Amino acid sequence: MTKHFFGDTAVLLGRSLRHISRSPDTIITTAVMPIAMMLMFVYVFGGAINTGVDSYVNYLLPGILLITVASGIAYTAFRLFTDMKSGIFERFQSMPTARSSVLWAHVLTSLVANLISLAVVVLVALLMGFRSGAGVLSWLAVAGILILFTLALTWLAVIPGLSAKSVEGASAFSYPLIFLPFLSSAFVPTATMPGPLRVFAEHQPVTSIVNALRDLFTQQPVGADIWIALAWCVGLLVVAYVFAMNTYRRKIS
Amino acid sequence: MTAQQAPAIHVRGLEKSYRELRVLRGVDFTVARGSIFALLGSNGAGKTTAVKILSTLLKADAGTARINGFDVATQAVDVRESISLTGQFAAVDEILSGRENLVLVARLRHLKNPGMIADDLLERFSLTDAAARKVSTYSGGMRRRLDIAMSLVGNPSVIFLDEPTTGLDPQARIEVWQAVRELAAQGTTVLLTTQYLDEAEQLADRIAILHEGRIIVNGTLTELKQLLPPAKVEYVEKQPTLEDVFLALVGADGKKATPAMAATSARTSKEQR
Repeated sequence: MTKHFFGDTAVLLGRSLRHISRSPDTIITTAVMPIAMMLMFVYVFGGAINTGVDSYVNYLLPGILLITVASGIAYTAFRLFTDMKSGIFERFQSMPTARSSVLWAHVLTSLVANLISLAVVVLVALLMGFRSGAGVLSWLAVAGILILFTLALTWLAVIPGLSAKSVEGASAFSYPLIFLPFLSSAFVPTATMPGPLRVFAEHQPVTSIVNALRDLFTQQPVGADIWIALAWCVGLLVVAYVFAMNTYRRKIS
Repeated sequence: MTAQQAPAIHVRGLEKSYRELRVLRGVDFTVARGSIFALLGSNGAGKTTAVKILSTLLKADAGTARINGFDVATQAVDVRESISLTGQFAAVDEILSGRENLVLVARLRHLKNPGMIADDLLERFSLTDAAARKVSTYSGGMRRRLDIAMSLVGNPSVIFLDEPTTGLDPQARIEVWQAVRELAAQGTTVLLTTQYLDEAEQLADRIAILHEGRIIVNGTLTELKQLLPPAKVEYVEKQPTLEDVFLALVGADGKKATPAMAATSARTSKEQR
Protein backbone atom coordinates (compact mmCIF):
# COMPACT_ATOMS: atom_id res chain seq x y z
CA MET A 1 0.00 0.00 0.00
CA THR A 2 2.83 2.38 0.80
CA LYS A 3 4.44 1.72 -2.58
CA HIS A 4 2.00 4.16 -4.19
CA PHE A 5 2.20 6.75 -1.41
CA PHE A 6 4.29 9.34 -3.23
CA GLY A 7 2.59 8.89 -6.59
CA ASP A 8 -0.90 9.08 -5.10
CA THR A 9 -0.02 12.08 -2.94
CA ALA A 10 1.33 13.86 -6.04
CA VAL A 11 -1.87 13.12 -8.01
CA LEU A 12 -4.07 14.37 -5.16
CA LEU A 13 -1.85 17.41 -4.57
CA GLY A 14 -2.29 18.24 -8.26
CA ARG A 15 -6.03 18.05 -7.76
CA SER A 16 -6.09 20.44 -4.78
CA LEU A 17 -3.68 22.87 -6.41
CA ARG A 18 -6.03 22.95 -9.38
CA HIS A 19 -8.78 23.90 -6.94
CA ILE A 20 -6.68 26.81 -5.73
CA SER A 21 -5.74 27.97 -9.21
CA ARG A 22 -9.43 27.91 -10.15
CA SER A 23 -10.54 29.86 -7.11
CA PRO A 24 -7.63 32.23 -6.44
CA ASP A 25 -10.02 34.18 -4.22
CA THR A 26 -9.01 31.84 -1.38
CA ILE A 27 -5.47 33.23 -1.64
CA ILE A 28 -6.75 36.80 -1.93
CA THR A 29 -9.15 36.59 1.01
CA THR A 30 -6.43 34.96 3.10
CA ALA A 31 -4.08 37.85 2.35
CA VAL A 32 -6.62 40.69 2.43
CA MET A 33 -7.34 40.62 6.16
CA PRO A 34 -3.70 40.73 7.34
CA ILE A 35 -2.96 43.41 4.71
CA ALA A 36 -5.89 45.51 5.93
CA MET A 37 -4.65 45.12 9.50
CA MET A 38 -1.16 46.10 8.45
CA LEU A 39 -2.47 49.22 6.66
CA MET A 40 -4.59 50.19 9.64
CA PHE A 41 -1.90 49.68 12.23
CA VAL A 42 0.84 51.37 10.23
CA TYR A 43 -1.14 54.37 9.00
CA VAL A 44 -3.83 54.84 11.66
CA PHE A 45 -2.47 53.63 15.01
CA GLY A 46 1.22 53.41 14.12
CA GLY A 47 1.96 57.07 14.74
CA ALA A 48 0.78 56.76 18.32
CA ILE A 49 2.57 53.51 19.10
CA ASN A 50 6.06 53.84 20.44
CA THR A 51 8.04 50.69 19.78
CA GLY A 52 11.46 52.21 20.04
CA VAL A 53 12.25 51.57 16.37
CA ASP A 54 11.95 54.00 13.46
CA SER A 55 9.77 52.04 11.09
CA TYR A 56 6.58 50.57 12.54
CA VAL A 57 5.99 48.37 9.47
CA ASN A 58 9.36 46.71 10.15
CA TYR A 59 8.20 46.07 13.70
CA LEU A 60 4.78 44.83 12.67
CA LEU A 61 5.47 42.47 9.76
CA PRO A 62 6.42 39.32 11.74
CA GLY A 63 3.10 39.37 13.63
CA ILE A 64 1.17 40.05 10.43
CA LEU A 65 2.82 37.01 8.82
CA LEU A 66 1.61 34.79 11.66
CA ILE A 67 -1.91 36.22 11.32
CA THR A 68 -1.76 35.42 7.60
CA VAL A 69 -1.06 31.76 8.36
CA ALA A 70 -3.74 31.66 11.05
CA SER A 71 -6.36 32.95 8.63
CA GLY A 72 -5.07 30.78 5.75
CA ILE A 73 -5.52 27.48 7.55
CA ALA A 74 -9.28 28.16 7.84
CA TYR A 75 -9.33 27.20 4.15
CA THR A 76 -7.39 24.02 4.89
CA ALA A 77 -10.15 22.95 7.26
CA PHE A 78 -12.76 24.11 4.77
CA ARG A 79 -11.30 22.11 1.86
CA LEU A 80 -11.02 18.97 3.97
CA PHE A 81 -14.55 19.45 5.32
CA THR A 82 -15.90 19.80 1.76
CA ASP A 83 -14.23 16.53 0.75
CA MET A 84 -15.69 14.77 3.77
CA LYS A 85 -19.15 16.15 3.15
CA SER A 86 -19.29 15.46 -0.58
CA GLY A 87 -18.35 11.81 -0.09
CA ILE A 88 -15.29 12.07 -2.30
CA PHE A 89 -13.14 11.37 0.76
CA GLU A 90 -14.94 8.02 1.18
CA ARG A 91 -14.58 7.31 -2.52
CA PHE A 92 -10.81 7.76 -2.26
CA GLN A 93 -10.68 5.64 0.91
CA SER A 94 -12.52 2.78 -0.81
CA MET A 95 -10.10 2.77 -3.74
CA PRO A 96 -6.74 0.97 -3.98
CA THR A 97 -5.04 4.28 -3.26
CA ALA A 98 -2.56 4.87 -0.44
CA ARG A 99 -5.01 5.99 2.24
CA SER A 100 -2.88 8.55 4.04
CA SER A 101 -2.17 10.28 0.71
CA VAL A 102 -5.59 11.91 0.92
CA LEU A 103 -4.62 13.69 4.14
CA TRP A 104 -1.05 14.50 3.12
CA ALA A 105 -2.23 16.07 -0.13
CA HIS A 106 -4.39 18.47 1.91
CA VAL A 107 -1.48 19.27 4.22
CA LEU A 108 0.90 20.02 1.36
CA THR A 109 -1.76 22.09 -0.41
CA SER A 110 -2.18 24.12 2.76
CA LEU A 111 1.58 24.72 2.84
CA VAL A 112 1.68 25.88 -0.79
CA ALA A 113 -1.40 28.12 -0.44
CA ASN A 114 -0.08 29.75 2.74
CA LEU A 115 3.37 30.34 1.26
CA ILE A 116 1.75 32.14 -1.68
CA SER A 117 -0.36 34.27 0.69
CA LEU A 118 2.75 35.05 2.78
CA ALA A 119 4.60 36.15 -0.36
CA VAL A 120 1.71 38.47 -1.26
CA VAL A 121 1.75 40.01 2.22
CA VAL A 122 5.54 40.51 2.15
CA LEU A 123 5.23 42.23 -1.26
CA VAL A 124 2.63 44.65 0.10
CA ALA A 125 4.84 45.29 3.14
CA LEU A 126 7.73 46.13 0.81
CA LEU A 127 5.50 48.65 -0.97
CA MET A 128 4.65 50.15 2.43
CA GLY A 129 8.30 50.67 3.17
CA PHE A 130 9.33 47.45 4.88
CA ARG A 131 13.07 47.03 4.54
CA SER A 132 15.37 44.35 5.85
CA GLY A 133 19.08 43.97 5.53
CA ALA A 134 18.77 40.26 6.26
CA GLY A 135 21.01 37.95 4.25
CA VAL A 136 20.06 34.75 2.46
CA LEU A 137 20.61 32.62 5.55
CA SER A 138 18.36 34.80 7.69
CA TRP A 139 15.62 34.74 5.06
CA LEU A 140 15.95 30.94 4.90
CA ALA A 141 15.61 30.81 8.67
CA VAL A 142 12.50 33.02 8.45
CA ALA A 143 11.05 30.73 5.77
CA GLY A 144 11.89 27.67 7.86
CA ILE A 145 10.13 29.02 10.95
CA LEU A 146 7.09 30.05 8.91
CA ILE A 147 6.92 26.62 7.24
CA LEU A 148 7.08 24.87 10.62
CA PHE A 149 4.43 27.22 12.02
CA THR A 150 2.19 26.61 8.97
CA LEU A 151 2.59 22.83 9.27
CA ALA A 152 1.74 22.95 12.98
CA LEU A 153 -1.41 25.02 12.41
CA THR A 154 -2.31 22.92 9.34
CA TRP A 155 -2.37 19.70 11.36
CA LEU A 156 -4.42 21.57 13.92
CA ALA A 157 -6.85 22.55 11.12
CA VAL A 158 -7.11 18.91 10.04
CA ILE A 159 -8.94 18.10 13.30
CA PRO A 160 -11.99 20.35 12.74
CA GLY A 161 -11.79 19.64 9.00
CA LEU A 162 -12.37 15.95 9.71
CA SER A 163 -14.80 16.23 12.58
CA ALA A 164 -16.84 19.44 12.08
CA LYS A 165 -20.58 19.21 11.55
CA SER A 166 -20.92 22.47 9.60
CA VAL A 167 -18.80 24.75 7.42
CA GLU A 168 -18.83 27.41 10.10
CA GLY A 169 -17.60 24.92 12.67
CA ALA A 170 -14.82 23.83 10.34
CA SER A 171 -13.35 27.31 10.02
CA ALA A 172 -14.34 29.02 13.28
CA PHE A 173 -11.43 27.50 15.20
CA SER A 174 -9.05 29.87 13.44
CA TYR A 175 -10.52 33.03 15.03
CA PRO A 176 -8.78 32.65 18.40
CA LEU A 177 -5.56 31.90 16.53
CA ILE A 178 -5.92 35.13 14.57
CA PHE A 179 -6.53 36.97 17.85
CA LEU A 180 -3.55 35.48 19.69
CA PRO A 181 -0.92 37.82 18.15
CA PHE A 182 -2.74 40.81 19.70
CA LEU A 183 -1.79 39.46 23.12
CA SER A 184 1.87 39.22 22.24
CA SER A 185 4.80 41.36 21.24
CA ALA A 186 3.49 41.47 17.65
CA PHE A 187 1.91 44.95 17.83
CA VAL A 188 3.37 46.60 20.91
CA PRO A 189 6.26 45.78 23.24
CA THR A 190 5.03 43.54 26.05
CA ALA A 191 6.66 45.85 28.62
CA THR A 192 3.71 48.25 28.26
CA MET A 193 1.15 45.61 29.32
CA PRO A 194 -0.30 45.26 32.84
CA GLY A 195 0.92 42.41 35.10
CA PRO A 196 -0.95 39.15 34.37
CA LEU A 197 -1.47 40.01 30.70
CA ARG A 198 2.21 40.71 30.38
CA VAL A 199 3.07 37.35 31.91
CA PHE A 200 0.75 35.61 29.47
CA ALA A 201 2.05 37.62 26.51
CA GLU A 202 5.66 36.93 27.31
CA HIS A 203 5.17 33.21 27.64
CA GLN A 204 2.86 32.39 24.76
CA PRO A 205 4.27 30.98 21.50
CA VAL A 206 3.50 33.98 19.27
CA THR A 207 5.84 36.29 21.22
CA SER A 208 8.88 34.08 20.90
CA ILE A 209 8.18 33.38 17.22
CA VAL A 210 7.61 37.08 16.48
CA ASN A 211 10.76 38.06 18.38
CA ALA A 212 12.81 35.47 16.53
CA LEU A 213 11.50 36.62 13.14
CA ARG A 214 12.07 40.28 14.09
CA ASP A 215 15.64 39.60 15.16
CA LEU A 216 16.30 37.76 11.90
CA PHE A 217 14.86 40.65 9.84
CA THR A 218 16.83 43.30 11.74
CA GLN A 219 20.05 41.24 11.87
CA GLN A 220 20.09 41.21 15.66
CA PRO A 221 21.55 38.21 17.46
CA VAL A 222 18.56 35.87 17.80
CA GLY A 223 19.55 34.52 21.19
CA ALA A 224 17.29 32.10 23.03
CA ASP A 225 14.11 33.28 21.29
CA ILE A 226 14.71 31.22 18.17
CA TRP A 227 15.09 28.02 20.18
CA ILE A 228 11.97 28.74 22.19
CA ALA A 229 10.16 29.55 18.93
CA LEU A 230 11.35 26.30 17.33
CA ALA A 231 10.40 24.33 20.43
CA TRP A 232 6.89 25.82 20.36
CA CYS A 233 6.48 25.10 16.62
CA VAL A 234 7.77 21.53 16.83
CA GLY A 235 5.85 20.84 20.04
CA LEU A 236 2.62 22.20 18.59
CA LEU A 237 3.24 20.28 15.37
CA VAL A 238 3.72 16.97 17.18
CA VAL A 239 0.68 17.41 19.44
CA ALA A 240 -1.57 18.55 16.56
CA TYR A 241 -0.32 15.69 14.36
CA VAL A 242 -1.04 13.08 17.02
CA PHE A 243 -4.55 14.41 17.65
CA ALA A 244 -5.27 14.80 13.93
CA MET A 245 -4.15 11.22 13.20
CA ASN A 246 -6.33 10.02 16.07
CA THR A 247 -9.35 11.81 14.65
CA TYR A 248 -8.51 10.43 11.20
CA ARG A 249 -8.27 6.85 12.44
CA ARG A 250 -11.60 7.16 14.19
CA LYS A 251 -13.13 8.48 10.97
CA ILE A 252 -11.93 5.67 8.74
CA SER A 253 -12.11 3.04 11.51
CA MET B 1 -12.48 -22.07 -1.85
CA THR B 2 -10.33 -20.06 -4.27
CA ALA B 3 -10.94 -16.45 -5.12
CA GLN B 4 -12.12 -17.45 -8.57
CA GLN B 5 -14.97 -19.66 -7.42
CA ALA B 6 -16.05 -17.67 -4.38
CA PRO B 7 -19.34 -15.80 -4.57
CA ALA B 8 -18.95 -12.11 -5.30
CA ILE B 9 -20.20 -11.15 -1.85
CA HIS B 10 -20.47 -13.45 1.14
CA VAL B 11 -21.69 -12.05 4.46
CA ARG B 12 -22.10 -14.04 7.69
CA GLY B 13 -23.29 -12.83 11.07
CA LEU B 14 -22.39 -9.20 10.51
CA GLU B 15 -22.92 -7.03 13.59
CA LYS B 16 -22.33 -3.34 14.17
CA SER B 17 -23.33 -1.01 16.98
CA TYR B 18 -22.92 2.70 17.46
CA ARG B 19 -22.68 2.91 21.23
CA GLU B 20 -26.09 1.72 22.46
CA LEU B 21 -27.67 1.57 19.03
CA ARG B 22 -27.46 -1.90 17.48
CA VAL B 23 -27.61 -1.15 13.77
CA LEU B 24 -26.75 -4.59 12.40
CA ARG B 25 -27.69 -7.63 14.50
CA GLY B 26 -26.36 -10.57 12.53
CA VAL B 27 -26.75 -10.02 8.80
CA ASP B 28 -26.28 -12.95 6.39
CA PHE B 29 -26.47 -12.95 2.62
CA THR B 30 -24.65 -14.12 -0.47
CA VAL B 31 -24.55 -12.46 -3.87
CA ALA B 32 -23.76 -14.53 -6.95
CA ARG B 33 -21.34 -13.19 -9.54
CA GLY B 34 -22.83 -11.04 -12.25
CA SER B 35 -26.17 -10.58 -10.50
CA ILE B 36 -27.99 -7.54 -9.18
CA PHE B 37 -28.82 -7.79 -5.50
CA ALA B 38 -31.09 -5.24 -3.87
CA LEU B 39 -30.89 -4.49 -0.17
CA LEU B 40 -34.22 -3.00 0.69
CA GLY B 41 -35.09 -1.15 3.87
CA SER B 42 -36.51 2.00 5.34
CA ASN B 43 -34.36 4.91 6.47
CA GLY B 44 -32.07 3.92 9.31
CA ALA B 45 -32.43 0.18 8.66
CA GLY B 46 -28.66 -0.18 8.39
CA LYS B 47 -28.24 -0.36 4.62
CA THR B 48 -25.52 2.26 4.47
CA THR B 49 -23.71 0.75 7.45
CA ALA B 50 -23.65 -2.62 5.69
CA VAL B 51 -22.32 -1.06 2.49
CA LYS B 52 -19.64 0.84 4.41
CA ILE B 53 -18.43 -2.35 6.05
CA LEU B 54 -18.34 -4.15 2.70
CA SER B 55 -16.39 -1.32 1.11
CA THR B 56 -13.78 -1.32 3.96
CA LEU B 57 -14.81 2.09 5.31
CA LEU B 58 -16.09 0.70 8.62
CA LYS B 59 -15.06 -2.23 10.74
CA ALA B 60 -17.71 -4.70 11.84
CA ASP B 61 -18.01 -5.62 15.53
CA ALA B 62 -18.60 -9.27 14.69
CA GLY B 63 -19.13 -11.56 11.74
CA THR B 64 -17.29 -11.87 8.44
CA ALA B 65 -17.67 -10.38 5.01
CA ARG B 66 -15.82 -11.54 1.92
CA ILE B 67 -15.66 -9.92 -1.50
CA ASN B 68 -14.45 -12.27 -4.25
CA GLY B 69 -13.12 -14.43 -1.44
CA PHE B 70 -11.11 -11.61 0.18
CA ASP B 71 -11.91 -10.75 3.79
CA VAL B 72 -12.87 -7.07 4.18
CA ALA B 73 -11.13 -6.82 7.55
CA THR B 74 -7.85 -8.62 6.89
CA GLN B 75 -7.44 -8.25 3.11
CA ALA B 76 -8.79 -4.72 2.70
CA VAL B 77 -6.29 -3.82 0.00
CA ASP B 78 -7.36 -6.75 -2.21
CA VAL B 79 -10.99 -5.90 -1.56
CA ARG B 80 -10.44 -2.30 -2.66
CA GLU B 81 -8.91 -3.56 -5.91
CA SER B 82 -12.10 -5.45 -6.73
CA ILE B 83 -14.79 -2.99 -5.66
CA SER B 84 -16.14 0.44 -6.34
CA LEU B 85 -18.41 2.45 -4.12
CA THR B 86 -21.03 4.89 -5.32
CA GLY B 87 -22.22 6.53 -2.15
CA GLN B 88 -25.51 8.13 -1.25
CA PHE B 89 -24.47 11.52 -2.57
CA ALA B 90 -22.73 11.89 -5.90
CA ALA B 91 -19.08 11.89 -4.82
CA VAL B 92 -17.71 14.03 -7.60
CA ASP B 93 -15.26 16.91 -7.55
CA GLU B 94 -17.33 20.02 -8.33
CA ILE B 95 -14.41 22.20 -9.29
CA LEU B 96 -12.90 19.79 -11.79
CA SER B 97 -14.42 19.00 -15.18
CA GLY B 98 -16.12 15.67 -15.85
CA ARG B 99 -13.12 14.39 -17.76
CA GLU B 100 -10.68 15.51 -15.05
CA ASN B 101 -12.73 13.63 -12.47
CA LEU B 102 -12.44 10.40 -14.45
CA VAL B 103 -8.73 10.89 -15.15
CA LEU B 104 -8.17 11.51 -11.43
CA VAL B 105 -9.81 8.22 -10.47
CA ALA B 106 -7.94 6.32 -13.21
CA ARG B 107 -4.63 7.68 -11.91
CA LEU B 108 -5.47 6.85 -8.32
CA ARG B 109 -6.25 3.31 -9.46
CA HIS B 110 -2.81 3.31 -11.11
CA LEU B 111 -4.15 2.50 -14.58
CA LYS B 112 -2.41 3.06 -17.89
CA ASN B 113 -3.87 5.58 -20.36
CA PRO B 114 -6.12 7.47 -17.95
CA GLY B 115 -7.15 9.84 -20.76
CA MET B 116 -8.38 7.01 -22.97
CA ILE B 117 -10.33 5.38 -20.12
CA ALA B 118 -11.95 8.75 -19.35
CA ASP B 119 -12.97 9.35 -22.96
CA ASP B 120 -14.48 5.85 -23.27
CA LEU B 121 -16.59 6.30 -20.16
CA LEU B 122 -17.70 9.80 -21.14
CA GLU B 123 -18.90 8.33 -24.43
CA ARG B 124 -20.66 5.44 -22.70
CA PHE B 125 -22.53 7.74 -20.33
CA SER B 126 -23.35 10.39 -22.96
CA LEU B 127 -21.23 12.99 -21.22
CA THR B 128 -18.81 13.68 -24.08
CA ASP B 129 -20.35 17.09 -24.82
CA ALA B 130 -20.08 18.14 -21.18
CA ALA B 131 -16.62 16.59 -20.68
CA ALA B 132 -14.73 19.87 -20.41
CA ARG B 133 -17.31 21.65 -18.28
CA LYS B 134 -16.99 22.09 -14.53
CA VAL B 135 -19.12 19.51 -12.71
CA SER B 136 -20.77 22.30 -10.69
CA THR B 137 -22.70 23.17 -13.88
CA TYR B 138 -24.04 19.60 -14.30
CA SER B 139 -27.65 18.60 -13.66
CA GLY B 140 -28.48 16.06 -10.94
CA GLY B 141 -28.79 13.24 -13.46
CA MET B 142 -25.52 14.09 -15.22
CA ARG B 143 -23.76 14.26 -11.87
CA ARG B 144 -25.04 10.82 -10.92
CA ARG B 145 -24.05 9.39 -14.32
CA LEU B 146 -20.55 10.82 -13.86
CA ASP B 147 -20.52 9.38 -10.35
CA ILE B 148 -21.34 5.92 -11.66
CA ALA B 149 -18.87 6.34 -14.52
CA MET B 150 -16.18 7.13 -11.94
CA SER B 151 -17.05 3.89 -10.17
CA LEU B 152 -16.51 1.93 -13.38
CA VAL B 153 -12.95 3.14 -13.95
CA GLY B 154 -10.74 0.06 -13.97
CA ASN B 155 -13.70 -2.31 -14.37
CA PRO B 156 -14.09 -3.41 -10.76
CA SER B 157 -15.98 -6.68 -10.56
CA VAL B 158 -18.25 -5.65 -7.67
CA ILE B 159 -20.08 -2.32 -7.48
CA PHE B 160 -21.93 -0.92 -4.48
CA LEU B 161 -24.65 1.57 -5.27
CA ASP B 162 -25.99 3.17 -2.12
CA GLU B 163 -29.42 4.67 -2.90
CA PRO B 164 -28.37 5.64 -6.41
CA THR B 165 -31.61 7.36 -7.39
CA THR B 166 -32.53 9.22 -4.19
CA GLY B 167 -33.23 12.82 -5.07
CA LEU B 168 -33.25 12.30 -8.83
CA ASP B 169 -36.04 13.32 -11.18
CA PRO B 170 -37.93 10.48 -12.92
CA GLN B 171 -35.97 10.76 -16.15
CA ALA B 172 -32.59 10.76 -14.44
CA ARG B 173 -33.80 7.76 -12.48
CA ILE B 174 -34.51 5.80 -15.66
CA GLU B 175 -31.07 6.77 -16.98
CA VAL B 176 -29.46 5.35 -13.86
CA TRP B 177 -31.53 2.15 -14.10
CA GLN B 178 -30.39 1.74 -17.69
CA ALA B 179 -26.76 2.13 -16.62
CA VAL B 180 -27.18 -0.47 -13.87
CA ARG B 181 -28.75 -3.00 -16.26
CA GLU B 182 -25.89 -2.53 -18.72
CA LEU B 183 -23.40 -3.15 -15.93
CA ALA B 184 -24.96 -6.44 -14.96
CA ALA B 185 -25.20 -7.45 -18.61
CA GLN B 186 -21.42 -7.12 -18.80
CA GLY B 187 -20.93 -9.42 -15.83
CA THR B 188 -20.43 -6.88 -13.05
CA THR B 189 -21.94 -7.79 -9.70
CA VAL B 190 -24.12 -5.00 -8.36
CA LEU B 191 -25.24 -4.55 -4.77
CA LEU B 192 -27.85 -1.88 -4.65
CA THR B 193 -29.51 -0.35 -1.63
CA THR B 194 -32.78 1.44 -2.03
CA GLN B 195 -35.88 2.49 -0.20
CA TYR B 196 -37.90 2.50 -3.42
CA LEU B 197 -39.70 -0.80 -3.82
CA ASP B 198 -40.26 -0.35 -7.55
CA GLU B 199 -36.54 0.17 -8.04
CA ALA B 200 -35.78 -3.22 -6.53
CA GLU B 201 -38.59 -4.73 -8.56
CA GLN B 202 -37.26 -3.24 -11.80
CA LEU B 203 -33.61 -4.11 -11.39
CA ALA B 204 -32.83 -6.85 -8.95
CA ASP B 205 -32.32 -10.57 -9.52
CA ARG B 206 -32.61 -11.09 -5.78
CA ILE B 207 -34.07 -8.88 -3.12
CA ALA B 208 -33.34 -8.90 0.60
CA ILE B 209 -35.25 -6.85 3.12
CA LEU B 210 -33.18 -5.43 5.96
CA HIS B 211 -35.31 -4.63 8.97
CA GLU B 212 -34.18 -3.78 12.50
CA GLY B 213 -30.68 -4.99 11.78
CA ARG B 214 -31.58 -8.37 10.31
CA ILE B 215 -32.39 -9.74 6.87
CA ILE B 216 -36.01 -10.81 7.27
CA VAL B 217 -36.53 -12.16 3.76
CA ASN B 218 -34.22 -12.91 0.88
CA GLY B 219 -35.30 -14.25 -2.51
CA THR B 220 -36.29 -13.51 -6.08
CA LEU B 221 -39.23 -11.24 -6.73
CA THR B 222 -41.42 -14.27 -7.52
CA GLU B 223 -40.40 -15.98 -4.30
CA LEU B 224 -41.13 -12.85 -2.31
CA LYS B 225 -44.54 -12.48 -3.90
CA GLN B 226 -45.41 -16.07 -2.94
CA LEU B 227 -45.02 -15.14 0.71
CA LEU B 228 -48.36 -13.41 0.54
CA PRO B 229 -51.71 -15.15 -0.11
CA PRO B 230 -52.15 -16.29 -3.74
CA ALA B 231 -52.96 -13.60 -6.23
CA LYS B 232 -56.55 -12.95 -7.03
CA VAL B 233 -57.63 -11.20 -10.18
CA GLU B 234 -59.44 -7.93 -9.89
CA TYR B 235 -60.34 -5.59 -12.66
CA VAL B 236 -59.81 -1.97 -11.81
CA GLU B 237 -59.77 1.05 -14.01
CA LYS B 238 -56.27 2.30 -13.58
CA GLN B 239 -55.75 6.02 -13.62
CA PRO B 240 -52.36 7.02 -15.01
CA THR B 241 -49.98 7.85 -12.19
CA LEU B 242 -48.44 11.27 -12.12
CA GLU B 243 -45.17 9.63 -13.15
CA ASP B 244 -46.84 8.14 -16.26
CA VAL B 245 -48.19 11.55 -17.17
CA PHE B 246 -44.90 13.27 -16.51
CA LEU B 247 -42.89 10.81 -18.55
CA ALA B 248 -45.44 10.82 -21.37
CA LEU B 249 -45.39 14.58 -21.58
CA VAL B 250 -41.65 15.09 -21.44
CA GLY B 251 -41.04 12.05 -23.65
CA ALA B 252 -38.87 9.66 -21.66
CA ASP B 253 -36.55 7.19 -23.43
CA GLY B 254 -36.24 9.71 -26.24
CA LYS B 255 -39.51 8.46 -27.78
CA LYS B 256 -42.06 11.00 -28.79
CA ALA B 257 -45.22 10.35 -26.86
CA THR B 258 -48.46 12.24 -26.91
CA PRO B 259 -50.54 12.66 -23.77
CA ALA B 260 -53.37 10.80 -25.48
CA MET B 261 -51.24 7.72 -26.16
CA ALA B 262 -50.03 7.56 -22.61
CA ALA B 263 -53.50 7.93 -21.21
CA THR B 264 -54.95 5.17 -23.35
CA SER B 265 -52.17 2.74 -22.58
CA ALA B 266 -52.54 3.38 -18.87
CA ARG B 267 -56.29 3.05 -18.90
CA THR B 268 -56.37 -0.24 -20.83
CA SER B 269 -53.80 -1.92 -18.63
CA LYS B 270 -55.26 -3.88 -15.78
CA GLU B 271 -53.68 -4.17 -12.44
CA GLN B 272 -53.42 -7.63 -11.01
CA ARG B 273 -53.29 -8.22 -7.33
